[in-house]
Amino acid sequence: MSKKNWPLWEVFVRSKNGLEHRHFGSLHAPDADMALKNARDVYTRRSEGVSIWVVESKNIKASNPEDNGEMFEPAADKAYRHPTFYELPDDIEHM
Amino acid sequence: MTNENLIQYIYGIADNSLILGQRISELCGHGPTLETDIAMTNIALDLLGQTRSYYQYVAELSAKDLTEDDVAFLRTEREYKNVLLVEQPNTDFAYVIVRQYFFDVFHFMLLKELENSKNVNFQAIAKKSLKEVSYHKRFSGDWLKRLGDGTEESKAKAQQAVNDLWVYTDELFQMTDNDILIAEAGYGVDTNPLKSAYYNEITALIKGSTLDIPETPYFQKGGKQGIHTEHMGFILSDMQYMQRTYPDMKW
Amino acid sequence: MNTREKMNENDEQIRSLEEIFEAKIARDEKIEPKDWMPEKYRKTHIRQISQHAHSEIVGMLPEGNWISRAPSLRRKVALLAKVQDEAGHGLYLYSACETLGISREELYDQLHSGKAKYSSIFNYPTLTWADIGAIGWLVDGAAIINQVPLCSTSFGPYARAMVRVCKEESFHQRQGYEIMMTLCNGTQEQKDMAQDALNRWWWPALMMLGPTDDESVHTAQSMKWKLKRKTNDELRQQFIDQTVPQADILGLKMPDKDLKYNNETGHYDFGEINWDEFWQVVKGHGMCNKERISARKNAWNNGEWVRDAAVAYAEKQADKEVKEAV
Repeated sequence: MSKKNWPLWEVFVRSKNGLEHRHFGSLHAPDADMALKNARDVYTRRSEGVSIWVVESKNIKASNPEDNGEMFEPAADKAYRHPTFYELPDDIEHM
Repeated sequence: MTNENLIQYIYGIADNSLILGQRISELCGHGPTLETDIAMTNIALDLLGQTRSYYQYVAELSAKDLTEDDVAFLRTEREYKNVLLVEQPNTDFAYVIVRQYFFDVFHFMLLKELENSKNVNFQAIAKKSLKEVSYHKRFSGDWLKRLGDGTEESKAKAQQAVNDLWVYTDELFQMTDNDILIAEAGYGVDTNPLKSAYYNEITALIKGSTLDIPETPYFQKGGKQGIHTEHMGFILSDMQYMQRTYPDMKW
Repeated sequence: MNTREKMNENDEQIRSLEEIFEAKIARDEKIEPKDWMPEKYRKTHIRQISQHAHSEIVGMLPEGNWISRAPSLRRKVALLAKVQDEAGHGLYLYSACETLGISREELYDQLHSGKAKYSSIFNYPTLTWADIGAIGWLVDGAAIINQVPLCSTSFGPYARAMVRVCKEESFHQRQGYEIMMTLCNGTQEQKDMAQDALNRWWWPALMMLGPTDDESVHTAQSMKWKLKRKTNDELRQQFIDQTVPQADILGLKMPDKDLKYNNETGHYDFGEINWDEFWQVVKGHGMCNKERISARKNAWNNGEWVRDAAVAYAEKQADKEVKEAV
């Protein structure tokens, strides 16, 4: 058995300029440099990307689904943040 | 300079890509991690892709009605002009990496010059291949550092591979009479001026990997004349098996 | 509250959590790794996803066999890229499995010790080049039928991995069929080679879709969790119905004397599957079971010093950075 296993990394790829980096998946690598190379070989074999970010999975702080109530539900009844909340006459244009 | 001169010159370059590509493909499915396996396979695919471009050009140049596969599979051992380095076996991952690194540094330098060839086909192939090989070199160099400056065990294995493969480096710069002819015509590359830069580069990285440079006045050569190590016959019997067993068929 | 009452209350809480959970899946909502899930859901998913991942990487071996002998450069690069894709698919699937709280190393241990299963079809030998065609056509064909519905399975990471797998896999089957077609348009020797490969791979491919419904232990639960959308028998019928006309185009004959189109059902009737053979191979007594596992073990064990070296190097570099910062 190996003494120490390669840590897990999350891979984010920008598929073309103008688009954001999107989470593509994960992989194992001994360090950031290798993670980037492995990401290139694993996730962009079919020209899927022009830029890659890697971050060690343990460095991601994720919200807890158990807190979803207090985290996300309070936003649900704030309809006034959306344009459809406001009434306008039917014949008005460019708004 | 005849087409046959040009073809022989191409063999001296393309056969390296073919045989090394073949060697690395043997490892597919057997790498130390899935990630490394996928990365090595990418290198093999690059090399085999380059091989095809060169052999398609050979088929064009040849007076005989040849295909890229005739060129790849139907020559006899003495007709392959690859250097001895690339036919060395996949003894362990250290050999794989050191073989790759020794070849990649040379390959990169060669292509950099070939890009300026008067021959447009060479220019085009070199231009495309350079990007691939630049990555190969970085990959193998980075791995050599990790093996050299990793654990005691990896250091010993890397040192062993460096010692054993060092004797095949000098041949990379050997110029056959035909090479000289093609270089003088402005088509090929005179590799002599590249030699000191090559040794400077690999020496620096080996030392940086906390490994020692082997001291030997003796080097092995012969591949460029078609005189190969005993490994070559087995590579070919494996690689040529289908074409030899079932001649003249389409696959 | 005494202990018993407390336990009852816990049970009740779990029951209601389970109801919410099942309702969520029924509404086609996805389950993500950090969401609450019943232990059984977690275990079943670890088992199925890892089994799937193991099949991908063991599946590299029978085909990998032929990379060095591929008959043309074009076939060589295509096969190499295909086997590489399988490594990629294994990687995506192991990653999906890891989100359930198990490491890739633990999963490998399960494979190496024989505790985990993989698709039995990879325990059959690849004897001729035509086998590479037959595997692509039939084995990948059967796999696709199994896999496409999984793109909408309930567990988010598995579904996402499958979307990627299916997208990449579409060339695999074509690659195989093209090999078969080239053989069938070739010499008699090549045609015979193709027929022989079909004869040997057809039945294992049918078995690959799993035991018959009355023998299958997991189907009901798996349907509920959308790990399965159709039963094994339905998938098998679908596979046969779509593959027989493809064999006709090749001019090959299916090795089943009972195979016949049934006008009433609109499906092909087919002969008895040799389930004894299936169970023999599943239980570890196929021709290549031992070779496959030992090849995987060797790769992993021989790679140990390499993985350790990279970790040691990374630690040294990190130490250096700390020292330089001081």
